[in-house]
Amino acid sequence: MTVPLWMYLLVSAAVFCIGVYGVLSRRNAVAILMSLELMLSAVNINLIAFWRYGAPSDITGQVFASFVFVIAAAEAAVGLAIIIAVYRSRGSVVVEDVNLLRG
Amino acid sequence: MLELNATTLAFFVFAILSVGGALGVVTSRNLIHGAVYLIISLFGGAGFFILLSAPFLAAVQVLVYIGAIAILIIFAVMLTRSMTNMAEVVNRQWWLSALVGALLLLMLAVGVIFPVWGDGGLLPNQPVSDQVATTDELGTAFVGGEDYVLPFEVASLLLTGAMIGAIVLARDTEA
Repeated sequence: MTVPLWMYLLVSAAVFCIGVYGVLSRRNAVAILMSLELMLSAVNINLIAFWRYGAPSDITGQVFASFVFVIAAAEAAVGLAIIIAVYRSRGSVVVEDVNLLRG
Repeated sequence: MLELNATTLAFFVFAILSVGGALGVVTSRNLIHGAVYLIISLFGGAGFFILLSAPFLAAVQVLVYIGAIAILIIFAVMLTRSMTNMAEVVNRQWWLSALVGALLLLMLAVGVIFPVWGDGGLLPNQPVSDQVATTDELGTAFVGGEDYVLPFEVASLLLTGAMIGAIVLARDTEA
C-alpha cells in the first residue's frame, strides 16, 4: 500500500470529469447513459479510496459504495427502458429530437 | 518518491485502463465500441477495489456493472440499430462541455486534492491502519439487524420498483 491517496482521487476525478463531458456533449441518449455510468463508477472509486485511507476498520464506506451500485443498476434499467420507449414512438434516440413536452 | 513495486505498477495499469476507457466511451463514434470501452474502464475500477482491499466490491463491480449494466447497454444499442453510427456524435456546444469538464477537473485538483486555500491539512499518504473491515462484517452490517437493515430493505424495494417500472415502460402497448 504505497500509492498515496491523491493518486486515487486524481484518477477518479479525471474519470468523473470525462463523464461530465460525455453527458453534456453526446447526442445519443445511450451514450449519455454510458457516461453517467462512468461518473457513478468514479464516485465509487473515490468512496472506497477515502474509506481505505481514512477509516478502514469501519464498514460504512463499503456500505455506501454498495448503495451506489444499487442506484446505478436501477438507473440503468429505467433509463434504458425510457430510451427504448422513446425510440419506439419517435424513431430516434437523439436527445434533441425528444421534444414532445416543448410548448 | 514513489517506489516501483507490484502495487504501484498495478495501480498505473488500472489508472490507464480506467482513464483510457473513459476517453474511449466519450469519443467513439460507434456505440458498440463505446460499450466495450466502458467495460474496460469499469474493469480498471474493479482493479482499484482489489488494490484498496475491498474484494467483495470488486466482484460486485464485475458482476453488476460489467455483467449486467454493460450488457444491458449493448442490448439497448442493438435495439436502436439505426442510431448506432450517427454522422454527428456531439452537439453544437461540445467545446463548452469540454471547457466545463476541464474546469471541473481543475477545480477539484486545486480545491480538494491539492488544497491551495485554507488549512484543511494534507491528504494521507498511508492508510491510518492496516486493520481492514472484512466482507463478513459487510454482511453483518447489512442483515445483522443493527446497522443498515432498513436501508438494505429500502434498496431492494427500489430495485423491485425499478424492475417493474422498466417492464411497464418498455412494454409494447399495442401488443
